[in-house]
Amino acid sequence: MQLTVWTYEGPPHVGAMRIATAMKGVHFVLHAPQGDTYADLLFTMIERRGARPPVTYTTFQARDLGTDTAEIFKTAARDAFERFDPDLMLVGASCTAELIQDDPGGLARALNLPVPTITLELPSYQKKENWGAAETFYQIVRGLATEAPAPKAEGAKPSCNILGATALGFRHRDDVIEITRLLNQLGIEVNVAAPMGATADDIRRLPEADFNVVLYPEIADTAARWLERQYGQKAVRTIPMGFQATCEFVREVAALAGVDPEPLLAQHGSHMPWWARSVDSNYLTGKRVFVFGDATHAMAAARVAKEELGFEVVGLGCYNREFARDVRAVAAELGVEALITDDYLLVEETIAALQPELVLGTQMERHIAKRLGVPCAVISAPVHVQDFPARYAPVMGFEGANVLFDTWVHPLVMGLEEHLLTMFREDFEFNDAAGPSHLGGHAKVEAAAQPSVSEVERAPIAAAASAQETITVLNWSPEATKELSKIPFFVRGKAKRNTERYAAEQGLEIISLEALYDAKSHFAR
Amino acid sequence: MSDAATLTSPAVEARPVLRERGQREVFCGLTGIVWLHRKIQDAFFLVVGSRTCAHLIQSAAGVMVFAEPRFATAIMEERDLAGLVDANEELDRVVDRLLSRRPDIKLLFLVGSCPSEVIKLDLSRAAERLSKKHSPSVRVLNYSGSGIETTFTQGEDACLVALVPEAPVAAEDAPASLLVVGTLPDIVEDQFTRLFNQLGIGPVHFFPPRNSQSIPAIGPNTKFLLAQPFLGETARALAERGAQHLPALFPFGAEGTTHWLKAAADAFGIPELHFLAVVAPGRERAKRALEAQKQHLAGKSIFFFPDSQMEPSLARFLSRELDMKLIEVGTPYLNRQLLSAEMEYLPEAVTLSEGQDVDRQLDRCRAAKPDLVVCGMGLANPLEREGISTKWSIELVFSPVHGFDCAGDLAGLFARPLYRRSVLKV
Repeated sequence: MQLTVWTYEGPPHVGAMRIATAMKGVHFVLHAPQGDTYADLLFTMIERRGARPPVTYTTFQARDLGTDTAEIFKTAARDAFERFDPDLMLVGASCTAELIQDDPGGLARALNLPVPTITLELPSYQKKENWGAAETFYQIVRGLATEAPAPKAEGAKPSCNILGATALGFRHRDDVIEITRLLNQLGIEVNVAAPMGATADDIRRLPEADFNVVLYPEIADTAARWLERQYGQKAVRTIPMGFQATCEFVREVAALAGVDPEPLLAQHGSHMPWWARSVDSNYLTGKRVFVFGDATHAMAAARVAKEELGFEVVGLGCYNREFARDVRAVAAELGVEALITDDYLLVEETIAALQPELVLGTQMERHIAKRLGVPCAVISAPVHVQDFPARYAPVMGFEGANVLFDTWVHPLVMGLEEHLLTMFREDFEFNDAAGPSHLGGHAKVEAAAQPSVSEVERAPIAAAASAQETITVLNWSPEATKELSKIPFFVRGKAKRNTERYAAEQGLEIISLEALYDAKSHFAR
Repeated sequence: MSDAATLTSPAVEARPVLRERGQREVFCGLTGIVWLHRKIQDAFFLVVGSRTCAHLIQSAAGVMVFAEPRFATAIMEERDLAGLVDANEELDRVVDRLLSRRPDIKLLFLVGSCPSEVIKLDLSRAAERLSKKHSPSVRVLNYSGSGIETTFTQGEDACLVALVPEAPVAAEDAPASLLVVGTLPDIVEDQFTRLFNQLGIGPVHFFPPRNSQSIPAIGPNTKFLLAQPFLGETARALAERGAQHLPALFPFGAEGTTHWLKAAADAFGIPELHFLAVVAPGRERAKRALEAQKQHLAGKSIFFFPDSQMEPSLARFLSRELDMKLIEVGTPYLNRQLLSAEMEYLPEAVTLSEGQDVDRQLDRCRAAKPDLVVCGMGLANPLEREGISTKWSIELVFSPVHGFDCAGDLAGLFARPLYRRSVLKV
């Protein structure tokens, strides 16, 4: 048993729902008790979808367990087929139905439906949402893309598939548009984008493409590997997130397609490189950033943070173990230890200990950061209603690089304001507790005056954390403490940590004013 | 629950009810934890379930309650299914870890789920064992919020049933006291407390209490009012302790609140004139507030999908006090005994439905073209996209809607979607 407060991923059948909902003409019959229908609201509320997910639940109850839950499944599947008239049926079981072992696959086969029916084995007690999505997509591809393509016509344009976009994905909708546009500019046709927007017939046509673009390996990697083995389709695995990665992506697909990437690269039109080089961005240099999310987004974000914004990455991690090895490798290159966990409390502890100046994370980290008073931008699922903006906002491709610049820089205190705050610490209106002047809602001041419910709630943990801190911390002299408070909040944590580390190394019992400045010069080297 | 039907009065029996058994688009009883964990401030809810359960609770509220919550899930894994002995050991370990992290917890609920029920993990024995182990600092209770046994608000009913035995036994000769049963927002408790004081009814206690250490004593001289229509099993458990139920309309709107207060006033022998004098100002305020909302609601038709069991009571309020036209009133379970007064106040023409077959119900709804649909979050946006105004039902459980001073707000919840539609030009 695993004690869990919040989860990064839902169960595997929610992953299957993400595939079914993303596609067209697919219906999923899920053997599940009543209550499991909550998953519909993820799509209708968070993603604001205007149609119910194409899922029929059997919603069996306790009184049905003694009788015939298998019959309930058969009725539900038959009725769903008649009502929704799908081109492809998926059948599976949620965690509870897995225990009663009704064999949805066998039951569905017995119905002899006139459309392909794919049985999903979704081991709820071992696997999670991303795995469920990947497995579902793989089974659909494997089940439908069974015919080798006819030889390509002479002079036909190069073509590829874009794989991995689903319902409830982080910015998948706009990424696919952006990458399609990019490929078209290179003269490459998109044969099929799947699962989002694809029909069963589109899946059958997958083998016709020259190669595959794997935008979201968490979802499409398994299927892409199968397509490579089966039809020799190469897979592009460079994730075009950030300016450099997008350029690399362009070169890679151009090489596979036999086209020239240079004209496009010469006029990419992205503002991002200049925005990063312009002098006002100087203040971004060395900002300490903590990065956490799904492996793909976290790794890409870490690189952009370091090489394209000039931040210092102080922590990197992901919640999906399937790609832990890759994340560890990237973390090692950055000289930090990878945090591979789906324990929200551990992520929180790590962020509190590292005291970053910016957190790039999921909605979970956004809340952690809010509580700790650290700016944050969201880079990855799990998503929230805010992660489905009305405007076009990809995070991939050249426009995506622009979006990353804006969304990561916006939460920070701006350059000259940062200096003014440092110089005039005692201004009664303009101080760091008032929050960045370009952002609304000065929650920190109010929170200090009157602790919010959430802070009261937090007290036990916060107290424990600070108690732990005081053990390792030596005594601060009153003068040094006062001086520390004059350092703006966004670097205070770093100054405190450095000073204490210095004092510990030097074996100082009391941190004096001198020690504070000694430490400053020590770490300035 | 089936024996509730035997208590049905013939008049109510006569009313036709459409019973359906198809796909039910409803929450399970675990959802109640979202409000219960805020109400009882020293209690913690540990769901023994699957990843689905954890995901449900964090998604159900629409937004995540990101304060350190007083609930968590012990997620069962492959090896917990292998043998129940191991599952119990694992549960003990998880509870130890939880309690060492949260020493402020005085009452721990082990909450059963679909998977724990199906593998027959005996949480009542686990609760006994853990209670002994952690006594006296923590009391451990259990109930089931599983979807195979409970629908949405029935989770609160099950929780309160588990809490009843914790109440001290009131002496046979204890003075009469009033117990108000069902989770109410703090502000509504305060409003009712003032009214009962003015009426001269007391002592008044609320159940569940805000703190597990202050569970009121219950005995034969306890008279209780249900604040919510979904507490049938709790009512039964209280009756078994000798407490006396005061049947009434539920306190929604001016009429319902007056009727509800009158039931208590009569039981406590409050003179009629005094009663009228005390309730008059509140009732007038409520009527004035309702008048303002009436312009948006009068004559409009409304269709309820089943959700909280509050539907018949709310329908009565909307029909009698705001002149709305009822098309269908769906409820997951129709407690004929508790709702007998409500049913008498419902117009004859309305379709009452119990249970659900969501696709067929959607067909009926589309055919009826109601002006407003009350439904869950899974259905609301799809219906809006079809051009039908909706009110998501979970808000009715999450907002202060009881009593005179919330009557206008309650009507406002229904009026807002219609008003909004009239304002928007896009």
